[in-house]
Parts: sequence; C-alpha cells; structure tokens
Amino acid sequence: MAVTKEEGGTPAARPAGGAPGRRSPRGGASRGRRSALPFLFLLPALVLLGALVLYPIGYSLLRSLFDRTGDEFVGFDNYAELFTDDGILTALTNNLIWVVVAPAVATALGLVFAVLTERVRWGTAFKLVVFMPMAISMLAAGIIFRLVYDQDPDKGIANAVWVGVHDTFAESSAFPKAHPGRDSPLEAAGGGAFVTADPVRAGTPVSIPLVGVAPDVMPEGAAPARPAKADPDRVTGVTWQDFTRGKGVGTLNEPDATEVGYPGMRIEAVKDGKVVETATAAPDGSFSLSSEADGALLRLPAENFRQPYNGLEWLGPSLVTPAVIGAYVWMWAGFAMVLIAAGLAGVPRELLEAARVDGATEWQVFRRITVPLLAPVLGVVLVTLMINVLKIFDLVFIIPPGSAQDDANVLALELYRKGFAEDQPGVASAISVFLLLLVVPVMWFNVRRIRQEGRQR
Amino acid sequence: MTSTATTPAATALVPAARRGRTPLGSRLVSGLGGTLVRLFLVVVGLFWLMPTVGLLLSSLRSPRDMAESGWWTVLTEPSRLTFESYADLLGNGDITGSLVNTLLITVPATLLVVVIGALAGYAFAWMEFPGRDWWFLGVVGLIVVPVQVALLPIAELFGDLGLFGSIAGVVLFHTGFGLPFAVFLLRNFFAEIPRELLEAARLDGAGELRLFTRVVLPLGGPAVASLGIFQFLWVWNDMLVALVFADSGSQPITVALQTQVRQFGNNIDVLAPGAFLSMVIPLAVFFAFQRQFVSGVMAGAVK
Repeated sequence: MAVTKEEGGTPAARPAGGAPGRRSPRGGASRGRRSALPFLFLLPALVLLGALVLYPIGYSLLRSLFDRTGDEFVGFDNYAELFTDDGILTALTNNLIWVVVAPAVATALGLVFAVLTERVRWGTAFKLVVFMPMAISMLAAGIIFRLVYDQDPDKGIANAVWVGVHDTFAESSAFPKAHPGRDSPLEAAGGGAFVTADPVRAGTPVSIPLVGVAPDVMPEGAAPARPAKADPDRVTGVTWQDFTRGKGVGTLNEPDATEVGYPGMRIEAVKDGKVVETATAAPDGSFSLSSEADGALLRLPAENFRQPYNGLEWLGPSLVTPAVIGAYVWMWAGFAMVLIAAGLAGVPRELLEAARVDGATEWQVFRRITVPLLAPVLGVVLVTLMINVLKIFDLVFIIPPGSAQDDANVLALELYRKGFAEDQPGVASAISVFLLLLVVPVMWFNVRRIRQEGRQR
Repeated sequence: MTSTATTPAATALVPAARRGRTPLGSRLVSGLGGTLVRLFLVVVGLFWLMPTVGLLLSSLRSPRDMAESGWWTVLTEPSRLTFESYADLLGNGDITGSLVNTLLITVPATLLVVVIGALAGYAFAWMEFPGRDWWFLGVVGLIVVPVQVALLPIAELFGDLGLFGSIAGVVLFHTGFGLPFAVFLLRNFFAEIPRELLEAARLDGAGELRLFTRVVLPLGGPAVASLGIFQFLWVWNDMLVALVFADSGSQPITVALQTQVRQFGNNIDVLAPGAFLSMVIPLAVFFAFQRQFVSGVMAGAVK
C-alpha cells in the first residue's frame, strides 16, 4: 500500500507522451523509483516458472547424460537406448502413427463438420454434441471407450454393430456344435456339412437327429419336435436335438416328448452334387420339400454349424492403436471443428460467389477456394493437435487392457514407466528431452509470430 | 469492450444465419442435397453421443445386468434402471474423498493461476522495465513445454521439500504449468484496454496496484473468465500430474478411478458411475460457459 501511495504522486512527473505502454516498449524505462514495482508484479510468476518449468528442463538435460544411479556420466547412451530398446522403439513407432494419423483425421472431420453445419439451422446443437467430449477428462473418455470396445458383442457397442453388419451379409449359424449322435442316418460330407447316407423318398418321413447344442444357446422359440407326417407328394422330415439334459437320448433317432426341434436349420436336397431344393426347418424342426427332392440326398450345409462371428478384437495387438486413436478423434474433432468454423466465418463470400458465377461446381469451390483460404487455420489446428498427440498419455494408459499395453505404448507412457515403475531415470530423462526437442520448432514459431505481431502494432 | 480473444469465439458456436451473412455452406448443402446433409449430420451426431449415453446407461444398471447384456437393452426395458451403483459409490470413502480432493486441487490451482497470471500480464502490458518484451517472449516460449519434462525433476524436488504426495504439491505443479498460457492470454487482452482509461485513472491519482485492481481486472473480466474456466477444466480433468505427485490420501477422482481400471470387468459398477460423477462438474461448467470455454480453447490453440 505504501508503494501505491508513493506511485500516486508521480504521474505528473512522467514525460508527456512517454507513458509506459506497449507502443513504446524500450522508451524511457528510466524512472528509478518505479523499477522495483514491475519486478514485484512479476515475481510470483517468475519464481514458479523458474522452479517448476525451467529448472526441470535443465535438470532433465543433465540427468539424461547420467546412468541409472546418477553417479556415472554416460554421454548419449540413454539417447541411444531410445533407438535400440525394443519397447521404446514400439513406443516411437506408435507415436509416429499417432502424430501422422490422429491430427489429420480430426482436422479433416472438423473441416467437414464445420462446412456442413454452417447452413443447417440446428448446426449449433450438432456442434455442441461434437465439442462436448473436449470438456471431459481423458480418463472418463478412456472408461467410455473401454465400454465401447468390449470384445463381447453382447456388451460392447462397437462389436455389436460390427457383428450386426457382418451377419447381415454373412449369415451366422445357430447351431455351432451340433453333430450326429450314435447310429446316425447322417455322415460327414466334408467342410463341416452333414449329409444323409441314403436318398430320401417322397411319402417316407426323414429323421435328422443331431446332438451337441448346449441348452442355453438353443435358438429362442424352439418347439418340441414331433415325428414328421408322411405326405405322398412331398419329402417331409424333422430335424431336432435328439437329447434332453437329464433324460439322455430317450429313444435313439426318434423325437421324444421333451426333445426340441432345430428352428431355422437349413436343409439342402442334393442330386448328383447339385442342390435342387432348399428348406428351412420350422420351430418344431419339421421341414418339407417338394417331390423334386425325391431320390436326393439331404445335406445340412456347414453354415449351420460354424462358430458364431464374434467381431473384431479392438483392443488386441493389431487394432489397439487405431482403436485408441478413434477415442482421441472423438474427443478432439470438435476442437478442430470450432476453430475451423471461426475461420470459415472470415472467408469473403464475394470470392465464392464469383467462382460460382464463373460456373465452378461446389466441390471446386470447396477444393480450390475454401480450403486454400482456410489453410492458416488448418495449419494451426494441425500443429496444435500434433503437439497434443505427442504427449498423449491418459488414453493409452486407460483403454488398452494390460495385455495390449505394450503394443499400444507411446513415448509419454514409456517415460512414465521408465521413470516411476522401472527406476530408469536416465532413460526417462532422455525421453523427456526428446519430447521437448520435438516441440522446439513450435516454440520458435510461436515466439516469432508474437514478435511480428508486436512489431506491427 | 470487445477483444480479439473473444470475438471469434463468440461467433464460433452461433449459427451463421444469426450473424447475418450468406452462409458459405448454403450452396454446398443444396448442391449435395440438403436432406442428405441433414441425414448425415443426424447420424454423426447420434454416433458422437452414443459413447457418453452408453456410459450413463451403464452407470444406471446393476452389475448383474452389466455382466449379461449390453447397455442398449435397457432402451426396451427402462424399468431395469437403478441408482444402486450410485448409492454404493457414495458410500465408498475412497471415491467421495477423491472427489473432494479434486475440488481442493482444482479451485486453488485455478485461482492461483488467474491471480499470478494477471499480475504478470499487467506488468507485461502496462509497466515498463528493461527487457520487457524479451521476458514476455521467454514466457510465451514455455507454453508448449510438455509436462512430462518436469515429472521426474519435480518429484525429486517435492520429495526434498516434503511436498510429495500432498495436495499443495499438485496445486503448485498445475500453477506452474498453467502460467505461461495465462500470462500470454491476459497480457494480450490487457494490452487492448484503451490507454486513455488508464491515463485518466493515473491522473486521478491511482497507483499501479489500484489501476490493476480497479481498472484492468474489471475490464479484463472476459479474458479472466475464459482463462479461469479453461484452467479449471484442465486441472479437474488431469490425471497424469496427480498420478505422479498425489498419494492415496490426496488423489483426485481421476487417479482413484484409474486404480480400478485394471480389473475393468469386475469394477464396472464403480467405474461407470464414478466416471460419470467426475464428468458432471466439467459438463455443467462447459454448458454454462460455452463461450468463455471456446475462447479459452481458441486462444490456447498453441498450448
């Protein structure tokens, strides 16, 4: 307060027009009595920056040149380790993939979203939805995506959708482990299919008993199987599970009251190796074919018995990095979108109109005018995301299960492991200095930009 | 009072139509077929929402249901939703304690950065001292320094100072690494304040401290708010710094949950509601202060 009072008396003493301000950075800084005050204003910031940011940089630089214990000078050995240690090399490669892929995908999506939402009336709502993940922690996002990527298609939405799409195009089987029992009228036909040993006749009901489907995977709606009725003009039959838990097979190769049919079982009538007719079993396992099938062999094609498709192993060794990058893009595409949308607002409309009048298509306008005009913004977004991705830690720490963490490893995670789990401070310091070196160009670029802006004032 | 820091942000989330311009996308949209674009955006929007909805619904299911089926099954039987997991969670001292720790870390770390950053920002904008611009450039250069560089050295330093494992240590670290951006943002904003206002106050006999508290800080409100919200979310959402510097008594919610992730399948009844609780405050802050948040993010595009 004393300082303030003293200050209060001085304004008149200042040279007119030479007041302190950004327009005259180096002019008249010679009022001795004032010189302590700026220092007081800056002191807390400078102390904290010195102790918490600058000192660690120096310390890491030095520490990276010493061995594990910190006693012996080892020169650049720790840095050599970065390019020889298999674990670190994996991390390095993954970091490279991250830096190349994640910012590009997020920026591209951001650009598409920004351009498309400009017109739509509820564009703001859309932007909010896409931008929202930026507000939550990477930990929460990690847990969210652990759920998304759950391997079990009954639990993880990614595999649920994937399996759904897959099964639309390639029907999955309902009876994965069904097979003929004792004294079966069926024999293996190769490739997992089964075929009747003898040709079937119209008017003589066919029995196709199988065993081996666990009760809990039996299709819902399976009804008790009954012996097929004879129809002189058709080939009829029944296919069922010739076994009941607790009651055994009952009468072999004949449906008992407790045994259920195989709904949806596909049956092919084959003559001379050619399929002449197909049928699908009803809930009680009964099926019926026209007289075309008379004299044919009945085949149960292998697709009835294939293991059900279980989707992709998102968090397995080969897909884990793309999967985690997906989570990152979910978080950061909104960032790119918002910055690009702000840049888009500054694009002169006349230019676009002129191009359209000249007959340019919308794609050409976008490709040749909008994107080049947005280039500076796109550059800033890309660089920002690259710096961000370089340091990616939380998502890689959280999403991959322990078994896949080595495959998903990145430099920041490796630094954490080396520094805090494996007691390798020398190598950890080398990784941190390496990360710092990678952002130095950006540092330099920022400083240069600010200096130029200062000069233009 | 407008500034370069807030104008682009203010427009970023406002539809073009309301800004009274010919929207750039309009021709593009009609060219591609408006319906198709709308459909695409709806699908993408739902796609973007789905993971979060999945977490929310998962947190509202019993562990037994979670072990058996996907969260989407409750869409057809909403009666199976239950607050069971939340009730259990609130009885879990580790989780509630860590939520309190998150607050105890975030609030001081935000206030300190704002106050210390504003003091320095004012000095860089309106005070004179030798080498001012060089000092400022030096601070700007530090914006992109990765926190990873400081983890080991500061862990040792805090160990020597007895700060390791304490909330104070975590707060200090966040303050240090929040400062370069804070100084940069506030200095630029303060520098836009019309010189006449400061001159007038000086003529009225106001000293530097008075100028700072009565003129610069009130006028710098928007920038201070942006910075505060940005820093608040940054610290609230941090896991790495607290993972290194906090111990089990001072750990925030992110670290407390992280310890449970290794048994993901078995702990989903803790993880899902815990993660959602940890998101409630950031999401509330985000929806309440979108503009300030956006302008903070945009100014921070260099961080």
